[in-house]
Amino acid sequence: MSLFADAELLARLQFAFTVSFHIIFPAFSIGLASYLAVLEGLWLWKKDKLYLELFDFWKTIFAIAFAMGVVSGIVMSYQFGTNWSVFSDKAGPVIGPLMGYEVLTAFFLEAGFLGVMLFGRTRVGPGLHFFATLMVAVGTLISATWILAVNSWMQTPQGFAINEAGQFIPVDWWAIIFNPSFPYRLAHMVLAAYLTTALVVGAVGAWHLLARHRDPRASKMFSMAMGMVAITAPIQILAGDLHGLNTLEHQPAKVMAMEGHFDSHPNGAPLILFGLPNQEEKRVDYAISIPYLSSLILHHGLTAPVAGLDTIPDDKEPPVAIVFWSFRVMVGLGMLMLALGLYSLYHRYKGTLTTAPWLHRFALAMGPAGFVAVLAGWITTEVGRQPYTIYGHLLTAESRSAIAAPAVATSLIAFIIVYFLVFGAGTFYILRLMKRLPEDPEEELDEGPLRTHALPNPAHPATKGEHDGH
Amino acid sequence: MVIDLPFLWAAIIAFAVLAYVVMDGFDLGIGILFPFFPEKRDRDLMMNSVAPVWDGNETWLVLGGGGLLAVFPLAYAIVLPALYMPLIIMLLALIFRGVAFEYRWRTRRAEFLWNHAFAWGSTVAAFCQGIALGALVQGIKVENRAYAGGWWDWLTPFSIATGVALVIGYTLLGATWLAMKTDGPLNERARTIARIAAFGTVGAMGIFSLWTPFTEPLYVERWFNGPTAVFSFLVPVLVLGCLYVILRGLRDGHDWKPFVASLGLFLLGYAGIGISFYPYIVPPSVTIWDAAAPDSSLAFLLAGAVVLVPMILCYTAYSYWVFRGKISEDDGYH
Ligand code: HDD
Ligand code: HEM
Ligand code: HEM
Repeated sequence: MSLFADAELLARLQFAFTVSFHIIFPAFSIGLASYLAVLEGLWLWKKDKLYLELFDFWKTIFAIAFAMGVVSGIVMSYQFGTNWSVFSDKAGPVIGPLMGYEVLTAFFLEAGFLGVMLFGRTRVGPGLHFFATLMVAVGTLISATWILAVNSWMQTPQGFAINEAGQFIPVDWWAIIFNPSFPYRLAHMVLAAYLTTALVVGAVGAWHLLARHRDPRASKMFSMAMGMVAITAPIQILAGDLHGLNTLEHQPAKVMAMEGHFDSHPNGAPLILFGLPNQEEKRVDYAISIPYLSSLILHHGLTAPVAGLDTIPDDKEPPVAIVFWSFRVMVGLGMLMLALGLYSLYHRYKGTLTTAPWLHRFALAMGPAGFVAVLAGWITTEVGRQPYTIYGHLLTAESRSAIAAPAVATSLIAFIIVYFLVFGAGTFYILRLMKRLPEDPEEELDEGPLRTHALPNPAHPATKGEHDGH
Repeated sequence: MVIDLPFLWAAIIAFAVLAYVVMDGFDLGIGILFPFFPEKRDRDLMMNSVAPVWDGNETWLVLGGGGLLAVFPLAYAIVLPALYMPLIIMLLALIFRGVAFEYRWRTRRAEFLWNHAFAWGSTVAAFCQGIALGALVQGIKVENRAYAGGWWDWLTPFSIATGVALVIGYTLLGATWLAMKTDGPLNERARTIARIAAFGTVGAMGIFSLWTPFTEPLYVERWFNGPTAVFSFLVPVLVLGCLYVILRGLRDGHDWKPFVASLGLFLLGYAGIGISFYPYIVPPSVTIWDAAAPDSSLAFLLAGAVVLVPMILCYTAYSYWVFRGKISEDDGYH
C-alpha cells in the first residue's frame, strides 16, 4: 500500500482534512456572531420582541457551531508541531507571535464573554449582555485578521531574514503583517463569512416561508438575509477580482493554473471556461474558450501577452487540475449568489419578497453554497501555492516532521472517523434546531428569555422543544 | 541585553501552563466524576457549574501551545513529534468532551452517548496530559534540532503512573469545586469523594517524588544539592499542611477552603517540577536559551502580552464573578 508508506502525502492529507473541517465553522460563526450583535442591538433600540426571538433562535445554533469551531481549532494549533515540525522550527519566530496575538486578543475575548452571552442575561442586565455579544463578534473578526496575516505571509512572505540555523527571523513586523496579499485575503474572507451566513439564514427563512406563509419571524430573517446577499455578493466578486490581480503579480504560477494556461500567449490569451487540464501533456483537453478575454481580465488589454506554465520549471508547478476546478466552483457559485441577490431585489421592488415561492426555493437551494465556495477558495489558494509552504522559500517536502508513516496514517484515520461522527451529529442538531421556530411566540416570551431555556424540571422530564426523530 | 527575554518568556509560558492545569483541571475533573453521579439532575447541575467558563479555561491550553511555537519554536518542534500519540489522543478526547457541553442538551434519546463522551473525553484527556508530563520528565532524545526517538518512546511505566496520578489530582479539583458550588446530597457525595481523592493525590505526589530521581540523574543533583535543596525539604511539610486544610474544610462543611488548598497542592507539585527542569525546556539537553526565538520575536509579543495578559485576567475574573455562588436549577442552560 504505497499510500500508507508516503508520510508526506499523509501529513498533507491530514492538514488539509482538519483545516477544511475547521474553516467551515468560522465561516459561519464569524458571520453569525455579527448577525446576533445586530439583532440584539435592534432589540434594544426598537424594543420589538421579534428581534429578541430571532436572537434566541440563532443564539442556540451559534453555541453549537462555536463549540465545533473551538474544538476543531484547538486541533489546528497543534497540527503545525505534530506533522510539520521542521516548518514550526523554521517559521515559528515569524508566524508564532502572530498566532500568539490571536490567542491573546481574540480567543480569550471570545471565550471570556461567550459564557455571559449564552447564560448571563438575567445576571448582568441588557446593556452588559449586549456588550458581551459585541465582544464575541469583535473577537471572531480579530481572530480572522491575525490568522489571515499568518496565512498571507506564507503566501507572499516579506520582512524577514534567514539565520544560520535556517530559521526565518523577523526584521520588519509591519512588512510581515501587511504583506502584499493580506488586505485582499482579509477582505475576501470576511465577506465570504458574511455571505455564507446570509445564505444560511436566508435558506432557513425561506424554508419556513415555504412551509407556513408569512410567518413574521421567517419573513424578517429572510428579508435581512436577502438584503445582505444583494449587497455583499457584488462586492465579493469585485474583491475576488482584485485579489486575483494581486496574485498575478506575486504568485503568477497560481494564476496560470487557475486559468489553465499551459502555454504562453504573446498576443492575446483566451479565457478557458471549461476543459480537462492534462498536466502530463501540458494542455487542456476539450477546452471551451473565449478569445482574448483572459488578456482583458488579467491585463485590461485585448492583445496583452500572458505568460503560461511553460515559463515555470516542471517541479515548481502546482497541481493544475485541482486549482483549475476549485477556482471554477468558487466563481460559479459567486455568480449564482449574485443572481440570487438580484432576483431578491426584483421581488423586493415588487413587494413580493415573502410571497415568491420560486425565490424561496432558489434561496433554500443556495443555503450550503457559501460553505462550498469557501472550501473551493481555500483549495485554490493552498494548492495553488504548492510545492511551497512558504512561497519561494520553503518547500512542502522540506517542512515535515520525521514521523513514521504508520503513526501519521493511524492518526489520520482517527481524525476522519471522529470528525465525521462528532461534526455529523452537530450538523444534525443544528439542522433540527433550524427546522423549529418557537410555536407560540407570545406565550413563551411572557416567561422571559431565559426561562424558556431553563433546565428541565425533574418533575416534568419532557424538556420543552424535544422532538427526537423528526 | 538588559532583560533576559527567554527567561521572562519561560516564566510567562510556565504561568500559562499552570493556569491551564488548575482551571481546566477542575472542569476536566467534573467529567471524570460523572460516573459517580448517575442521576440526571446532578449531572445537569455539575455541567452547568462549569459551562460558562470551560471555553476560557481551555484557551490557556491554546496559549501554552501557541506561545511555545512563538517563543520557543525549537521546543515546540521537538516535543510535539515526541509526544505525537498522547497529544493526538488528548485532542480527540477534548473534542468529545467539548461538544458534549452543547450536544447533551439537544437530545434525550442520545443523551447517554454524550454523557459517555463527556466522562470518557475528560478522563482520557487528563490521562494523556499526565502521560505527556511523565514523558517529558523522563527526557526526550534530540539530535540535529529534531526529535530522534521512535513513536512509542513515551510509553513507560513511569509515564502511565503520572497519567493515573493526574487523573486522581483532577478528580480532587473537580470534587472540591463541587463542594464549593453545590449544596444538598450532591455536595455531600462530592465531599466524600474529595476526601479519598485528597489522600490519593498526596500519595501520588509522594510516589512521584521518590521515583523521579531514578529517571534522570540531573534531578538528583537538583534536589539534594545546592540552594534548591531547601525547597526539597520544605515541600513535604507544605503538602501535608494543604492536606490538613482540605480534610478539615471538608469535614467542617467549609465552601472554598478545600478547593483553594487543592490548588495549593497543584502549585507545590508544579513548583517542584519547575525546579527540576530549570533551565531546561526539553530535558535533558535543550535549555530555554537554545530553544528561544530571536529577540525580535520575543520582544514583539512581550509588548502585547504585558498589557493583554492582565486584561485577560481581569475579564476572566469578571466572568467568574458573574457566575459566582451556588449553582441552582434556574441557572440553566438551554
Ligand atoms: C478566517 C478565519 C479563520 C481561519 C482561517 C482559521 N480560524 Fe481558527 N477560529 C476562527 C477563525 C479562523 C474563529 C472564528 O475565531 C473561531 C471559530 C469558532 C471559535 O471559537 O473561534 C476559531 C477557533 C480557533 C481555535 C479555538 C479558540 C478557542 O479556544 O476559543 C483555535 C486554537 C484556532 N481557531 C486555531 C486556528 C489555526 C491554527 C488555524 C490555521 C491553520 C485557524 N484557526 C484557521
Ligand atoms: C482555513 C482554511 C484553509 C483551508 C481549507 C486550507 C486548505 C489546505 C489544503 C487543501 C492544503 C493542501 C495543499 C496540498 O497539499 O496540495 C493546505 C496546505 C497547507 N496549509 Fe492550508 N488551508 C487553510 C488555511 C490555512 C491557514 C490559515 C494556514 C496557516 C496558518 C495554512 C497552512 C497550511 C500549510 C502549512 C500547508 C502545507 C502543508 C500541506 O501542503 O498540506 N492553511 N491547506
Ligand atoms: C465570483 C467571483 C470571485 C472571484 C473572481 C474570486 C477570486 C478569488 C481568487 C483569485 C482567490 C485566490 C487568491 C489567492 O490565493 O491568491 C480566491 C480565494 C478565495 N475565495 Fe474567492 N472569488 C470569487 C468568489 C468567492 C465567493 C463567492 C466566496 C465565498 C463565499 C469566495 C471565497 C474565497 C475564499 C475563502 C478564498 C481563500 C482565501 C483567500 O485567498 O482569500 N470567493 N478567490
